[in-house]
Amino acid sequence: MSSRERILGRVRRALADSPGEDTPIERAYLREHGDRSVEQTVELLAENLADYRAIVHRCTAADLPATLAGMLAARGAKTVLVPPGLEQAWLADADAEQIPDRAVTTPHELDRIDSVVTACAVAVAETGTIVLDGGPDQGRRRITLVPDHHICVVRVPDQVVSSIPQALEQLDPARPLTWISGPSATSDIELDRVEGVHGPRTLEVVLVGSQSSAEVNS
Amino acid sequence: MSGTFVGMPAFPEAAHEAVNNPTLRGNLRHATHTIRAKREKAVAEVSDWAQLREAGKQIKDHTLRHLDRYLVQLEESVMAAGGTVHWAADADEANDIVTQLVKMTGESEVVKVKSMATQEIGLNEALEAEGIRAYETDLAELIVQLGKDRPSHILVPAIHRNRGEIRDIFEREMSEWGRPAPEGLSDTPAELAEAARLHLREKFLRAKVGISGANFMVADTGTLVVVESEGNGRMCLTLPETLISVVGIEKIVPTWQDLEVFLQTLPRSSTAERMNPYTSTWTGTTDEDGPGTFHLVLLDNGRSDTLADEVGRQALRCIRCSACLNVCPVYERAGGHAYGSVYPGPIGAILSPQLRGTGSEIDASLPYASTLCGACYEVCPVAIDIPEVLVHLRERIVQGGPVVHEGNKVVLKPAKGHAAERAAMRAARWAFAHPGALRTGQRLASRTRRLHPRTLPGPGKAWSDTRDLPPVPAEPFRDWWQRTGGGKEGGK
Ligand code: SF4
Repeated sequence: MSSRERILGRVRRALADSPGEDTPIERAYLREHGDRSVEQTVELLAENLADYRAIVHRCTAADLPATLAGMLAARGAKTVLVPPGLEQAWLADADAEQIPDRAVTTPHELDRIDSVVTACAVAVAETGTIVLDGGPDQGRRRITLVPDHHICVVRVPDQVVSSIPQALEQLDPARPLTWISGPSATSDIELDRVEGVHGPRTLEVVLVGSQSSAEVNS
Repeated sequence: MSGTFVGMPAFPEAAHEAVNNPTLRGNLRHATHTIRAKREKAVAEVSDWAQLREAGKQIKDHTLRHLDRYLVQLEESVMAAGGTVHWAADADEANDIVTQLVKMTGESEVVKVKSMATQEIGLNEALEAEGIRAYETDLAELIVQLGKDRPSHILVPAIHRNRGEIRDIFEREMSEWGRPAPEGLSDTPAELAEAARLHLREKFLRAKVGISGANFMVADTGTLVVVESEGNGRMCLTLPETLISVVGIEKIVPTWQDLEVFLQTLPRSSTAERMNPYTSTWTGTTDEDGPGTFHLVLLDNGRSDTLADEVGRQALRCIRCSACLNVCPVYERAGGHAYGSVYPGPIGAILSPQLRGTGSEIDASLPYASTLCGACYEVCPVAIDIPEVLVHLRERIVQGGPVVHEGNKVVLKPAKGHAAERAAMRAARWAFAHPGALRTGQRLASRTRRLHPRTLPGPGKAWSDTRDLPPVPAEPFRDWWQRTGGGKEGGK
């Protein structure tokens, strides 16, 4: 008998005495917490991102190229990794050398790149989370992992949802997803939080909308 | 179940040592109290906690009740997404499968993201015996591995180590395993983390094989989910060419939607965060993004035996958040090592004796490693009634009776050498059969807290000889239950 049959047989025997009725799951929990306007939801996203030590910027679509160029310059980034479908205009003003995300690039090569700029699939306000789904403007999972500096552009309010249940509804499980809430962190040493063990130590999020440009923090 | 800590003394002796180690007690107390306070705040932030908890419980119960169906469904969807599925009835078989898979790649080293299932089966040791080196990449696991130590907490495996000890371990051991610790390493957490980053990055960037566990497997989509903080998980799941995930069969949720419950309750219960820094999901393989080969090893290793016990099976709902450890007065004093398994604390006290059977001294003593104060049940995000299972297991050990072992019904003989516990059990049974008396007893205990002795009189003396009695909670569990309608009103 194969182990598959053995395990399934054991499971079936273990359940033989239990009534197999299908009572529906009681989902009495909330779809979102609180009652907020769209602008308040975006505000909450900014607050929660900052609370988890992401650096948050806000600007209009027109200001985005200048904002990104300024952020890369402030960091002293000489090279920036670019996913294949990122809007070209976004990095039009940037001085850093643009390196396309290519399948043949080795992890060691990625490790030598200063920054990466991506879009996102959805952002969750209540938890301060951005979710990447590997779409053309976000690129492979590894490009937001190996370089030490990740800039993520979120279109507000279109890409912002309130809650985890709303985010899951919008995401395609068949895609490889990465949920990011603040930069890499550990609390393994006497529970002191230290940023950046393995992932990027700096996460900057740009909320792009129609509002006038204003830095939330930096 | 292999991975039994060889030569492990029974809980009372092991705990005795820990209780007399002031550094350990200090480290533990600081840690558990810090996480506990943070968790309470994180839980209070969501008004629907009680409903989420109930839904989590129902989803898991439903899954367990139809586990055969969901296992088959999961297998189909993982295969449809480009993965390969293997079934392992026990630890040896799982280790064999993984060893063969690694050998087929021609590699002799692998990077690992922290996984309780692989610790449970002793995978690192099995790989080592075949000449394959497994690098643990979670910072705490690295500390444990370099220190030739055992993990002592589910979430913070090196919780028993302070910064000075960690610096010493890094300085002494890192060069043995790869990049040495930087010169003049201080003991600040930031510098220690940096040393680990450099040491491990070298390994991540060249790794061809990654080994992981998973927090959840979604039956209808074939998706696996890993929840983590450091990014070492992302490294292991993304950079290697081959990914092997070893996951207990109880980790299934039926649908994608079900994740909405656990992605809310797990981070808050475990690290007391709104959301952990990184969550990765993968469904089979994706062209040119991540490992091109994916193997899922479905592990039984005592889980189907546990499922056969109608009271005990609720332990399989566990999502390994570790909240129960941090509130347990026994864990706080005894530390994780005393439990003699990878699952410490209250959940370990009910899970290990079920997965492994109660044949060994340590497993027979684990159900006694509790005061039945009920705090573990109160915090559990899937509402596992740990005290109920503890009492049930004690009864089984003391009285004997039918159990399922490796799929076969066997009759357990009453345990020898538990005379004191047998007497205690008779008293407990009487009390549980007479709820009024129990209620009065607990209330009395609460009201007379300051007068409590450090040891128990009568038959309990042998038990408390080797244990410090924890303080009785301010409010009896029963009263809390009534006041809050079984936690539904979210009272604490
Ligand atoms: S038993 Fe409950 S509280 Fe303990 S680790 Fe498991 S899920 Fe968390």
